[in-house]
Amino acid sequence: MARIGVFVCHCGENIGRTVDCHAVAEGCKDVPGVVHSVDYKYMCSDPGQQMVKKAIEEKGLTGVVVAACSPHMHEKTFRRAAAGAGLNAFLCEMANVREHCSWIHEDREKATVKAVDITRTIVEKVKHNVPLSTIRIPVTRRALVIGGGIAGIQAALDIADGGREVILVEKGPSIGGHMSQLSETFPTLDCSQCILTPRMVEVYQHPRIKLYAYSEVESVEGYIGNFKVTVRRKARSVDESKCNGCGACTQVCPNKKIPSEFDCGLGKRTAIYVPFPQAVPNLPTVDRNKCLLFMNRAKGRPDTCKKCAEACEKGAIDFDQQDRLITEDVGAIVVATGYQLYTIGKDQPKDNLKGYGEYGYGTIPDVIDGLQFERLASASGPTSGKILRPSDGKVPKRIVFLQCIGSRDPQKGMEYCSKICCMYVAKHTMLYHHKVHDGKATVFYMDIRAAGKGYEEFSRRAIEEEGAQYIRGRVSRMWREGDVIKILGFDTLEGEPIAMDADMVVLATAMRPQPGIDVLAQKLSVSYDQHGFINEAHPKLRPVETNTAGIYVAGACQAPRDIPDAVAMASATASKVLGLFANEMLEREPTVARVDEATCAGCFHCERVCAYGAVEHKDIKDRAGNVVRVIAYVNPGVCQGCGTCEATCPSKSVELAGFTDEQIWSEIQALGV
Amino acid sequence: MKIGYFPGCSLHGLSREYEESLKAIVAGLDTELVEVDDWSCCGASSAHGASHLLAVTLPARNLAIAEEQGLPEVLAPCAACYARLASARHEIEGDAKLADHVNRILVRDFKNTVKVRSILEVLKGQVATIKAKATNPLKDLKVACYYGCLLVRPVEVTGGYDDPEDPSSMEDICKAAGAVPVKWNRRLDCCGGGMSMSRTGSVVRLSAAILKDAKAAGADAVVVACPMCHSNLDFRQKAMQQRGAWEGDMPVLFLTQVVGLSMGIDPKTLGMGRHFVSTDSVMARTAGTGTGSGTAVAGEVG
Repeated sequence: MARIGVFVCHCGENIGRTVDCHAVAEGCKDVPGVVHSVDYKYMCSDPGQQMVKKAIEEKGLTGVVVAACSPHMHEKTFRRAAAGAGLNAFLCEMANVREHCSWIHEDREKATVKAVDITRTIVEKVKHNVPLSTIRIPVTRRALVIGGGIAGIQAALDIADGGREVILVEKGPSIGGHMSQLSETFPTLDCSQCILTPRMVEVYQHPRIKLYAYSEVESVEGYIGNFKVTVRRKARSVDESKCNGCGACTQVCPNKKIPSEFDCGLGKRTAIYVPFPQAVPNLPTVDRNKCLLFMNRAKGRPDTCKKCAEACEKGAIDFDQQDRLITEDVGAIVVATGYQLYTIGKDQPKDNLKGYGEYGYGTIPDVIDGLQFERLASASGPTSGKILRPSDGKVPKRIVFLQCIGSRDPQKGMEYCSKICCMYVAKHTMLYHHKVHDGKATVFYMDIRAAGKGYEEFSRRAIEEEGAQYIRGRVSRMWREGDVIKILGFDTLEGEPIAMDADMVVLATAMRPQPGIDVLAQKLSVSYDQHGFINEAHPKLRPVETNTAGIYVAGACQAPRDIPDAVAMASATASKVLGLFANEMLEREPTVARVDEATCAGCFHCERVCAYGAVEHKDIKDRAGNVVRVIAYVNPGVCQGCGTCEATCPSKSVELAGFTDEQIWSEIQALGV
Repeated sequence: MKIGYFPGCSLHGLSREYEESLKAIVAGLDTELVEVDDWSCCGASSAHGASHLLAVTLPARNLAIAEEQGLPEVLAPCAACYARLASARHEIEGDAKLADHVNRILVRDFKNTVKVRSILEVLKGQVATIKAKATNPLKDLKVACYYGCLLVRPVEVTGGYDDPEDPSSMEDICKAAGAVPVKWNRRLDCCGGGMSMSRTGSVVRLSAAILKDAKAAGADAVVVACPMCHSNLDFRQKAMQQRGAWEGDMPVLFLTQVVGLSMGIDPKTLGMGRHFVSTDSVMARTAGTGTGSGTAVAGEVG
């Protein structure tokens, strides 16, 4: 015989204002099976929890119903209290009379009746609850980090320093990401490479980090604690074990006019190349799309140029190298794939969007973007740190910066603020002022968003001490007359149109996720927003977790982030991963689906509707070991307990623990409908 | 092809040569113009500054008549008429309340089924025919195609038949006629519009900048598809010269005249003599030897 205790919470005024809580407690007393029913001001407080514990012990309760807030809020609290008194935690349930009743109603009388009904349904449910125990699954205590920018580097180092092995996969030939391209960083103007490259070397030399550069994630299977990842190691055409990084091969390559990705097209590289001198690993890579030998092979012609192979004393050049697929077992994955910049040209992220025709769709040579300016300002850049414009190599005496290009513009499909531009434009005006003393920097801005430690001071410094002229307004048109860029705009503070000439224009274009993020997200079963940024599990309380357990997100692939943000996120993912790896076994909620092997017909409707890929095929064999049937099996490590399979199963062979058909049916019956 | 035709006041007055040249070329393009019966003012310039409702209802009346005539689409050669008719159609389409209000004023059962076409849209669809009919192609005639503000904008109203910030349809049509469009910067700038009388100084300043840029780009003539643009750029050249804003003479042609010349149509029929700035320099550069006065005939009426 069930012995249920009902505990009605006033939640201060939250419930008590609209619902007569005492009446609810009284109204539940005559429900068959209820042996104890009380109300209290704050049930979640320590005295409130003690009331629950005491009643369990003294009245020998077999089930507890707490009529209070949403189970999201305090189910854990009361289940812990019940367990403390010796009752199985899953025999305690919440009846939500706050979000579902008091907060949404005004009529006290009717709300009280409804609160009694809600509580009674849960009483009926609890009568059918059975003790459940948490699921324990083994954990592979190694992590995969995808992306070798500053976020990926930080996450890898933190996890490895915490004593766990890390596999770091980077798409490009070197780690370092966009940060390695930057000249100096806001708000302290310290040299980007000086603070980054030691971290890159640390990654390379760390005994617990395995670096796969020039590699991509091919496929991901499994679930939290038990992922199986296949990594494609793209063919560099260079044998890593033989190459000593002398660089003789890059010296002799005849194809020297390839726009350098690292220099954003402002510099040139060879077909066999190291992207930048501090690259990690310091290994050359043959760009097979640009190498004469491979271009000839593609046309079915014999190999001609082998100059790099001839120059290599170690015999490290291997033109016949193939992509290799490597499988790694990991327990957690950190996604840190970073960003790309929006381009104003006619090729847009979506067909229905237009680029900036008023700025010539990117056809004016001296209109560049922020990363290109970083390369011009960088000592390691194509101009050795001199600010020279691309068209004729002259020093621009009048430079104009335009903020919010693409960002905050719904017509361009990017309603969001790219966050970093206000600060890096202020930095650019300073770098320009330091290098071109008689130059004039003008900035067109919409708002200056300088929220961050030392940020406001930094942007004020650009204006007040470094001579940048800030104009609040937009540029409506830009065109080239001779070698001058004509600019028409509007000053919204003066309320007047502005026309000016510029020698060079720098566009602070929007941050967008890397191309291919959607494909990767689908491989990982993590969701992404309409822009392609990876969704976090909760915007405030779970900012570095994704909605797939065991997969975490750091840096600008989640939203526009600056370096401090990206690093903080990366360290946060590392702490999450290390927390997950703290135990050999992983505990999961037991509210997962289970298939009745006797009745499952193997139609696999459940497999098709499962959003988490939790349904597997299981062979049923006879005594001789022959497969007689194939049925569905729900992997408890992957199942998130959503119940979609249970609702779908035509033969009612799937049951979700804690939400069985019997329990739900009892709830409905309690309403008397 | 049969298409509704809304001339508007300009084509019957200020820019008769636009209508003359349009009518002269459509025969060659297998197109028949059916004039909207008893058409009235489109509301341009004045109505939309005075009353939003009037600015929608006036063009709606003309569209309603076209609808009653069974015309699926209407050509409005004047850019201002086009903008008013197309805007009214666009606004009524998205606002059931406004549609109802307009219908009550018009005392008609207007369903808003008539599509509004600009001259660029119509001729763009005939580029192949224009090319085939160009018996007298305008070899070596460098033209600066001037769109102004209303022909391709805003894109919500035009339906995006051309790029609002980097259009190409007028260049394509001129190329089909054998002319050579130049690359220049002020294709979409404002000419001063309806301010010709009230703020002549502004019109002179804006229009002179357009002509100077066209000249700097090496154009022999500016091509327009709007009576207002034509008036500001052609008629106001004298005022520009008097005020020291502009030197020289830049012929300003209607797009339909360019197409007509390439088809070998008599310059007089095309109204080439009706401009304030002589078009003789253009005539001299074309394969024909006609003059603005139309004394010499370079071909039969198409």
